[in-house]
Amino acid sequence: MPESTAELKGPLAGVAVLDLTQYIAGPYATKLLADAGADVIKVEQLQGDPSRRLGPFKDDRPDRETSGSFYYFNTSKRSLALDLSHQMAPEVLGRLIDRADLVVESLRPGRLDELGRGWAWVHQQRPEVSMVSVTNFGLTGPYRDYLASELVLFGFGGEMYSMGTPDREPVRMFGTAALVESGSAAAVAAMGALTSGALHGVGQHVDVSLADSQLGGIDRRHAWIMSYEYAGKKGLRGSGSVGTGSAVYPCADGYVELTGVQLRLDRLQDMLGHPEWLDDARWGQPGAFFDPDLVGEFQALLTGWLIERTKREVWAEAQRARVLCGPLFTVAELFADEHFRERGFWQRNDHAALGSVEIPGRPFVMGASPWPGARSAPLLGEDSRDVLREAGYDASEIERLIATRAVGAS
Amino acid sequence: MTPLPLEGVRVLDFCVVWAGPFGTMLLGDLGAEVIKVENPFVMQPMTRGTRAHPDPASIQAPAPAGAWPGNELGPRPWNYTTTFVNVYRNKKSVTMDLRRPEGMELLARLVAQSDVIYENNASETLPKLGITYDWLRSIREDIIMLRAPAYGSSGAYENARALGVHLESVMGHTLLRGFADHAPTETTPIYSGDYMAGTQGALAVMMALWHRRRTGEGQLIELSQAENAAGILAQAFMDHAINGRATERRGNDSYYDAVPYGVYPCRSPGTAETGDDRWISISVLSDDQWSALAGAMGEPVWATPDLEELAGRQARRDEIDRELAAWTAQFDDYELFHRLQAAGVPAAPVLEASRVHDDAQIQARGLFQHQDLWDDIGRYRYLSPFLRFSETPLTVRQPPVAMGEHNEYVYKQLLGVDDDEYARLEAEGHIAMDFDPSVP
Repeated sequence: MPESTAELKGPLAGVAVLDLTQYIAGPYATKLLADAGADVIKVEQLQGDPSRRLGPFKDDRPDRETSGSFYYFNTSKRSLALDLSHQMAPEVLGRLIDRADLVVESLRPGRLDELGRGWAWVHQQRPEVSMVSVTNFGLTGPYRDYLASELVLFGFGGEMYSMGTPDREPVRMFGTAALVESGSAAAVAAMGALTSGALHGVGQHVDVSLADSQLGGIDRRHAWIMSYEYAGKKGLRGSGSVGTGSAVYPCADGYVELTGVQLRLDRLQDMLGHPEWLDDARWGQPGAFFDPDLVGEFQALLTGWLIERTKREVWAEAQRARVLCGPLFTVAELFADEHFRERGFWQRNDHAALGSVEIPGRPFVMGASPWPGARSAPLLGEDSRDVLREAGYDASEIERLIATRAVGAS
Repeated sequence: MTPLPLEGVRVLDFCVVWAGPFGTMLLGDLGAEVIKVENPFVMQPMTRGTRAHPDPASIQAPAPAGAWPGNELGPRPWNYTTTFVNVYRNKKSVTMDLRRPEGMELLARLVAQSDVIYENNASETLPKLGITYDWLRSIREDIIMLRAPAYGSSGAYENARALGVHLESVMGHTLLRGFADHAPTETTPIYSGDYMAGTQGALAVMMALWHRRRTGEGQLIELSQAENAAGILAQAFMDHAINGRATERRGNDSYYDAVPYGVYPCRSPGTAETGDDRWISISVLSDDQWSALAGAMGEPVWATPDLEELAGRQARRDEIDRELAAWTAQFDDYELFHRLQAAGVPAAPVLEASRVHDDAQIQARGLFQHQDLWDDIGRYRYLSPFLRFSETPLTVRQPPVAMGEHNEYVYKQLLGVDDDEYARLEAEGHIAMDFDPSVP
């Protein structure tokens, strides 16, 4: 039945999500749903999601309300502080599940079953409701209960082995990049599961293994696996950018990344502004870029041109000549960049403890169901009373849950 | 039988390289009918390889460009290039030459029967052919179009060409990864932006389908790959936002100052030169995990009580790393992995890609499946869907697709083309399973 689009605040307005995720990956998945308008109720321990203890903190003073990591991954959610080990927890969870369209959780495998609120119970009570379980290695297999981290997961599942230089240990990506990627895959699982429930009336339990989502994802890993499978060739560390025009190069004020410039010499000549350079037949020969002398000559020419120009000058010439290039910006440079400012990339919010926070906003732009704008991340237990009231508890029951320390409320 | 979540949704795929094809693959895994629309006269750069007819000498090149099934280029190399073959499962492929009016007429007939158009070309590419949201909408009012250009469909960088590696440079990732004492020129090109754009493109399409079911409205979605990749740098953006501070790169060290947290050597059958060096990653995220690690090491004398708290470990970080490395180097990586996990310490081997098929968990999860592709190139293991749905398992309904493999299905069953017209379209080159000889 068509609804009035004016009433819809975001594509997922009206969708209720019970969120039992913590740390990074699961919360990023539910943040994407919450920012798109879903009502995401985040159930935290009484001490808060452990990510509230992760920096960066405002002025470097650790406080559960000033964690930058918690803030980023929990925008637009509501917070209910609930002690899962309290005897009242299963009943509270049951009532919350009764009102949910989707449950997303990243607890230890089997934890919700212990509470009597695992998939079997959900599926029996609410056949159209789905549950997404985000775990390190999956809900099955010999490593089911193994522990992990960003580094452990990326090293095992992602293509970390070949990152870095051969004389040293492999090196990972920044921060929690792999967990964020995997969280993004968990959001796909969540939306697929929601669709199954709404369209076919069938709730699904989706087992999202962070390790599997690294192995099955799109960065270089699949290609390196296939190279060995097809031809017994390995992807060696530090081999990614040797000898050709695919590398990070220094320029006058920093660095630029260029890729495969030798594949389109016409465009490279255009970028360099010297059609006579590299015009000699030697450069068109098959295998020219495997010849160390020619490669040396090529690199000297290219680096000499680059070092006389700023990264923005290089990028402008590359854009004009359609050469694959990107300047290496710092976050501060990006923050000041006019292209992203003009496009509305940034969003500013005021937060009770952090003050004004300006961070990247919408993940994409939807023409007919516009992004409603992210709200600040919740304070711990900020919405406990409201959420319990909506779940059917009266005022005295709510105060009793708080008094018995089943629930925390700010 | 319960349908797959996206059964009944038809997606036309105009995607290139990785970000787009990964997104449509996820939609295909979830049950959508994804049809790649390809042109036998145009080799999309870095999409089915770099050349339709690769230099035979290229089989000498290193991985992945120089890796071909059984070390032979084979009859149609574009159907099984290492770099792209794994994003072509659960898709169909049709060919038509969209540079000719007749090709565009055929496309219009296909659009009329489709729900989603998904593309990630440079901003100007599809409009030059006449494929715009307005044109699609004139054919089907409730069409959903997703465009995923590198930097967006507006602004100064609208037409800048990019792969994942460039937009990560622009967004700040390249300066933020790698060892603190390495120059940025030593970073390895990676493509985490493709992962983000692929997953979130699929997410955006499903949100638009959700909206369409409620309201009947289609829409245009614009996903700037650069902007979308921002989540990868969450902590750096937050530190800038709340403290005005520039984040420094710190190699494998924990962003959150957990100690020890790093990659340590194991007994190795060889060196990095042949891909035979072995490493284990170990992350001690709590004081309890430190006690577990100290126990697993047999309580060495250097593990004094001051290390039982994080501040003590931070104060002696370099020494801990040295001692730990000397200890780990005595062990086989898998032996140490299971031993540490049994003790309650997060750890795992840093797996070189050739070893994934031997891992017990990866085998138990059935992530790889043998498939036969077009042209009998041999039976090899390819990736299968990695999301596990309980009621309707996601399977490989179609192995990585050959260009034009579904021409008969699309032309005859969907477009109602009869045998005579099919033969004519084939003679005119719209319908083909090979690139035109003019394509390099």
